[in-house]
Formats: sequence, structure tokens, C-alpha cells
Amino acid sequence: MLDRIAQTGAFGRTSVQRLGQAGVFLCRLLLRIPNFKKIGPSVWHQLYSVGVLSGIVIVVSGLFIGMVVGLQGHHTLQKFGASSQLGQLLALSIARELGPVVSALLFAGRAGSALTAEIGLMKATEQLASMDMMGVDPLARIVYPRFLAGLIALPVLSLIFSAVAVYGGYLVGVERLGVDAGSFWSNMQAAVNFRLDVLSGIIKSMVFAFLVSWVAVYQGFTSTPTAAGISQATTRSVVHASLLILGFDFLLTALMIGGW
Amino acid sequence: MDKHYRLDLSVGIFMILGFLALLVMVFKVSGVQALTHVGSYEVTANFSDIGGLKVRAPVTIAGVKVGEVTSIDLQPGQLNAKVKMQLRSDQKIPFDDASARILTEGLLGSNYVSLVPGFESVPNHPFLRSGDVIERTQEAVILENIIGQLLFSAKQST
Repeated sequence: MLDRIAQTGAFGRTSVQRLGQAGVFLCRLLLRIPNFKKIGPSVWHQLYSVGVLSGIVIVVSGLFIGMVVGLQGHHTLQKFGASSQLGQLLALSIARELGPVVSALLFAGRAGSALTAEIGLMKATEQLASMDMMGVDPLARIVYPRFLAGLIALPVLSLIFSAVAVYGGYLVGVERLGVDAGSFWSNMQAAVNFRLDVLSGIIKSMVFAFLVSWVAVYQGFTSTPTAAGISQATTRSVVHASLLILGFDFLLTALMIGGW
Repeated sequence: MDKHYRLDLSVGIFMILGFLALLVMVFKVSGVQALTHVGSYEVTANFSDIGGLKVRAPVTIAGVKVGEVTSIDLQPGQLNAKVKMQLRSDQKIPFDDASARILTEGLLGSNYVSLVPGFESVPNHPFLRSGDVIERTQEAVILENIIGQLLFSAKQST
């Protein structure tokens, strides 16, 4: 019994300590004046491996998510004779919720895990330590470009996801199920407000980009430098990032529906 | 060199695709209206009952959208609803005797405001302008009230 309490206490203490460590890590990462001339090509390269290579999975899943929402929405709306409102349902649910959240989850799985594993392996093979020895700050040369690339890539990916998903819904709703194309687009445009719906989705995806990139580089940088340690860090990176995305999604939605 | 070229190209395409997606979301999905481009002005109207009128409901003249409702407040004194509307300024609406009605799209649709223009008879104030209050208003027709009246009169006649 006493052991249990001690274990719980130790677990709580470690968690808080990890959280503090992550906060300090973030401050060390952000409180620097980046030398864009030096890290520019690196950011560009990371943007390729984090953004462009995630493009396919984002586009394909966006297409299918849009098609599924179109199918489900049509099935339900038809019962009320309101299938002409499909465009509204589709665009609002995609732009406000599904676009930012699903693309962030995919990004955490596709790019966040890769970042963690890469940095973790660099640490395990003592590349980071040798950089440190040569007087090159690994935070500036390795971690910062990856963090920045994640920050830029996810909002772009989530916009692509939303646009593709809307067209996926169009494909199913209009081309296949026979909703009128005119009422599909006009109901959508009447219902969607740029500032309230599209912009809040973009803000959400920026917050998610920050969270996913932070978790990914932190887990990689503090991983235990063994094979098992890297696999644990990668798992933790995806799990923590996904939970943070969903939790913050609720908070942000509550904030946005409450009108800030 | 060749590898770098292809990398740069693909990242460039990625960024352009993202920008195109933003354009799609702005113009195709949210249909950003010309309301902000032509400039707009705000008028108010007081209704004794607005029914289910909501903020962002359309304001129409002869069925054509000319603006939208921006705020709805309960006035403390008279306990009626003060409805603020933003109208696009390229259409001039004669002021004198102008009236506002709250109508319903179809039998069960959402409410909207219909403006009926007046006459250009007042020489120094011919058209609606910012800050004007539309005096003549007609409240929303509530379906339950009509059914109630109908039942009441049916009961009386038997």
C-alpha cells in the first residue's frame, strides 16, 4: 500500500519534472535569434521531408474524409428532405473541425514520429554530442530548423486537406448522389464565414503545429540513447502529440464558439 | 545540383498548392462577399418581436440581398429588440416612409429582414444613411400565434 503511494508520488514528480524540462527546452529553443542564412537551406530541406512527403497522405485522406462526410451527411439530411444543405454541413465540419484535427493527427504520425526518431538516432550515435564538442549548437543547427519546418508545414497541409476534402464531398454529393451543384455551393457560401470558420480553423492548425513540433523535437532530444529508448520516445511523441491535439482542440473550440 | 533543383521545385509546388487551397477556402467555400469592397453603412430598426431572427441573417430589398444583420439587442426601456443592419452603400434607399419587415423563408425556413423603400420626398435627407433609424417596422409573424388565433376563432364560431 505504502509502495503504491510512493510510486504514485514518484510518477507525479517525474511527470511534472518532464513538463518543466519541456518548458525549459522550448524557451531555449525560442529565445534565440535565428541565423537564417545558416539554417535557411536546412529549413527548406526539412520542409521537403516534413511537408512535401506528407502531402500524399494528406491529400488521399482528405479526399476520403470529404467523401465519407458527404455520404454520411447526405444519408442523414435526406431523412429531413434537406439534402441541399449538404454543402453547408460539409464545409463547416471540414473547415472548423476535421481539417485541422485530422491533418494534425496524420502529421503527428507521419512527420512528428520521423522527427523524433531522427533526432533520437542522432543522439544515440553521438552526433549531437560531437557537434557540441566542435562548438556547434545542435539546438540551433538540428532542432530549430525542424521545429520551424513543422510550424510552417502543418497549416499549409491542413489548408490543402480542407480544400481537397470539400471537393471530395462535392464528388460524392453532387456527382454521385445528385445534389444540385448550385445549391451545394451557394448554401455553403451563405453559411461559411471566412473570419469565424476558415480563419479559426487556420488558427487551430497553427496551435497544433506548434504542439506537434514541440513534442516531436523534445522527445527526440531527450530520448534515452538506446534502440529501446528511441522506440519509446517515438511512441511517446505520437501519443502525447495526439492527446494534446484533441485536448487543445476542445479548449480552442470552446474559446471560439464563446466568441473569444 | 540536380537533386537540389528537384527539392526546391517540390517545396515550391507545395507552397503554391497551400496558397491555392487558401484561395479555394476563401472564395469557393466561404464566398467572401463584395459587401466589404463597396463599403457599407449601418442603420437600426426597432421591432416589437423578432421571432427567430439571428445575427448575419440577410437583409433584402425585393428579395435581393443588400446587407446583413450585425447585432440584436434588447432595449432596456421599451423592452423591444434593436436590430442593427449593415447595408452596402452602392444602392441608395429612399428614406422617407421606408419600412422594415421580418419575414420567413418558406414555411419553416430562417428569418430575414425585408426593407421596403420609401419616397425621396425629404429634400435634405433623401436616402438612408449611416446611423438612421427605420421608424416603420413590422414584427415577425409567429406561426404558433396564428395557429392559436385560428383555433380560438374556430372555437368561437362553433
